[in-house]
Amino acid sequence: MSGSWLSRLREGLAKSTRRVTEGIGGLFTKKKLDQATLDALEDALIQADLGVAVAGRLVGRLAKERFGKEVADEEVRAAFADDIAEILTPVARSLAIDPAHRPHVVLVVGVNGSGKTTTVAKYAHLLKGEGRKVMLAAADTFRAAAVEQLKVWGDRAGVPVVARETGGDPAGLAYDALERARREGCDVLLVDTAGRLHNKANLMEELAKIVRVMRKLDASAPHSTLLVLDATVGQNAHAQVETFRNLSPVDALVLTKLDGSAKGGVLVALAEKFALPVVAIGVGEGIDDLRPFEARAFARGLMGLPA
Amino acid sequence: MFEGLSKRLGDVFDRLRGRGALGEADVDAALREVRTALLEADVALPVVRQFIDEVRPKAIGADVIRSVTPGQMVVKIVNDHLVQMLGGSAVDLDLNAVPPVVIMMVGLQGSGKTTSSAKIAWRLSQGAQGMAADVASGAFTQKRKVMMASLDTRRPAAQQQLKVLGEQTGVATLPIVPLEMPLAIARRAVDTAQREGFDVVILDTAGRLAIDEELMAEVAAISEATRPRETLLVADAMTGQDAVNVAKAFNERLAVTGIVLTRVDGDARGGAALSMRAVTGRPVKLIGTGEKFDALEPFHPDRIAGRILGMGDIVSLVERAAETIEKEDAEKLAAKVRKGQFDMDDLLGQLRQLRKMGGLQGLMGMLPGAVQAKAAMSKAKVDEKQLRRQEAVILSMTPRERRNPDVIHASRKKRIAAGSGVQVQEVNKLLKQHAEMLKMMKRVNKLGEKGFMRSLGGMMPPPGFPR
Repeated sequence: MSGSWLSRLREGLAKSTRRVTEGIGGLFTKKKLDQATLDALEDALIQADLGVAVAGRLVGRLAKERFGKEVADEEVRAAFADDIAEILTPVARSLAIDPAHRPHVVLVVGVNGSGKTTTVAKYAHLLKGEGRKVMLAAADTFRAAAVEQLKVWGDRAGVPVVARETGGDPAGLAYDALERARREGCDVLLVDTAGRLHNKANLMEELAKIVRVMRKLDASAPHSTLLVLDATVGQNAHAQVETFRNLSPVDALVLTKLDGSAKGGVLVALAEKFALPVVAIGVGEGIDDLRPFEARAFARGLMGLPA
Repeated sequence: MFEGLSKRLGDVFDRLRGRGALGEADVDAALREVRTALLEADVALPVVRQFIDEVRPKAIGADVIRSVTPGQMVVKIVNDHLVQMLGGSAVDLDLNAVPPVVIMMVGLQGSGKTTSSAKIAWRLSQGAQGMAADVASGAFTQKRKVMMASLDTRRPAAQQQLKVLGEQTGVATLPIVPLEMPLAIARRAVDTAQREGFDVVILDTAGRLAIDEELMAEVAAISEATRPRETLLVADAMTGQDAVNVAKAFNERLAVTGIVLTRVDGDARGGAALSMRAVTGRPVKLIGTGEKFDALEPFHPDRIAGRILGMGDIVSLVERAAETIEKEDAEKLAAKVRKGQFDMDDLLGQLRQLRKMGGLQGLMGMLPGAVQAKAAMSKAKVDEKQLRRQEAVILSMTPRERRNPDVIHASRKKRIAAGSGVQVQEVNKLLKQHAEMLKMMKRVNKLGEKGFMRSLGGMMPPPGFPR
């Protein structure tokens, strides 16, 4: 299975980066690294959502090292992949579940439609597969049928879901879930929250309240707060990370929908700026489509190179 | 990081001392900053490139309005082009078909299709009552019987979600039949709607990746079977460079008729709107501005343009400046006309404004009752070349000659003609036109305000129009 996920990841990333690499590949049949080539290279990075600043810096570094030299296609791509992997390596970590906490509370936050509920389900499946006792809290009490959605996932993953009627107080639900998870001796409690735009003060305050209320039971909760980002997101990801981090204790990122045509290149810029660990990536709608984030594989995949 | 454009443009233009027209080098420097700003707003690179190529010739040589800086002027020009590229004005939903009219919602996972479906359904079922005039126009003026059907059999509880939204909005939903396939649901929805006399059926499809061949084929088959009048591509305002790929892929398979941009109430700059509009040629028809049902608005290109640039304020400042300058000039001129002091410099000013079209129209606007003159103006075609030649003639006059054209006799005429590269007849023609205008104005003064208006209509067309 581990072999197959690697190939699936590569497949997914290959799909997403075909255009980038086609562009680069086409350029480098001519061999000499000149300004036109560098410009095109920068364009390709910008189109992968790396952002103007990061793209410029990466290309600048390449130019300093090899301008005017004869460079082969593979060589340039490998050099780029190395540079990107260097930025990403420090943030490629997995979600560490601390057995000292029973339960280890994982709060999952993000803007609407980023993939929080699906990510919670995938994590439940993954952690249960590791032999842990997992519980889910359906704290998205706003969106219609969000509770039902999580319940279906809970059934599929074989983990209990603490839920109330839609429209209830999410903080109260989170409190109840934590209480129950403690009582039942769970290892992990995954709290799925409603999607919220980070610029809505009242909704961000609601999130802060969820944290506050859970801390009444466990002063160290939540032990992990995952911000879920959609790979199609552009430069607004900066604002999302910045604001969520200021208002809730975000300590890791999950990048979803990497199986599409979006490249998620903004992650490189985020890694440079915030140094938040990226603990997983989502590569499909299935319950086992969650993968560890591997810097080298991601970077080389981004450049269309074999892992 | 987004606050930079105005400052950066300021830096670019600080070394510009004079006001005059925008030079090539300055425009290029400014457009490099505009490029960065657009990319930071998530406008896709190919679209940014097209944009810059189109706006460059517009900016070079453009006159800078008094009381704004060259940087601000560039922003104004860029903004105007942005508005134009975004489609100029709002475009309505098209429901002009035999009912039940089918609206199909498509898009990536998590783009906001289900919520948008419910918002559109609610608004259509409400009609104009109680709506702001802005949102109650076009398709939304009429109250319609609407049904929604969820074709999303993939995401857990997605059908349930639409059902609940239907209950909350008071909009009918197609009863859920477990394990029914999307195409069959779509057919049943249209059949049911027909039988039960619904005006509109909204098909809420599952989120799908544009590169997922199987699911794209599925949605294409649904489109084929139900012939939607509107196929709305729902996209998140936070979408990055991938917006072009998504829009292109969906449009190629489905002939998208419009775009719904969601989460515009976030703080994303929304460059995706421009990207998608540019690659599909389809208008953004609606924007989602909140989680409530009534948070749906028509798309106003001017508003989103200011947001993409992050410079709405400067744009309106320049607009106001342009307005007041025109007003000032027009008032001054009107006063001069009244006193019969209309000299060659004034004529020169008019010629220049005429070249920009709007100068004289602005003047006309200042003068109540000059509607006919305005109409005559817009009918007549301005001969750009001749205007420029006449301008050259005036510019070849000395200040004294301009103030008092009576001193211009044969040898002066020859000199002026030589200086401006025209025949002496051209100089004569211009002088004659000026004399006629002056005569008219003097007569007007005797007639008083009312007669002035009347004869002003007769005075047109002014010099420069082909006779």
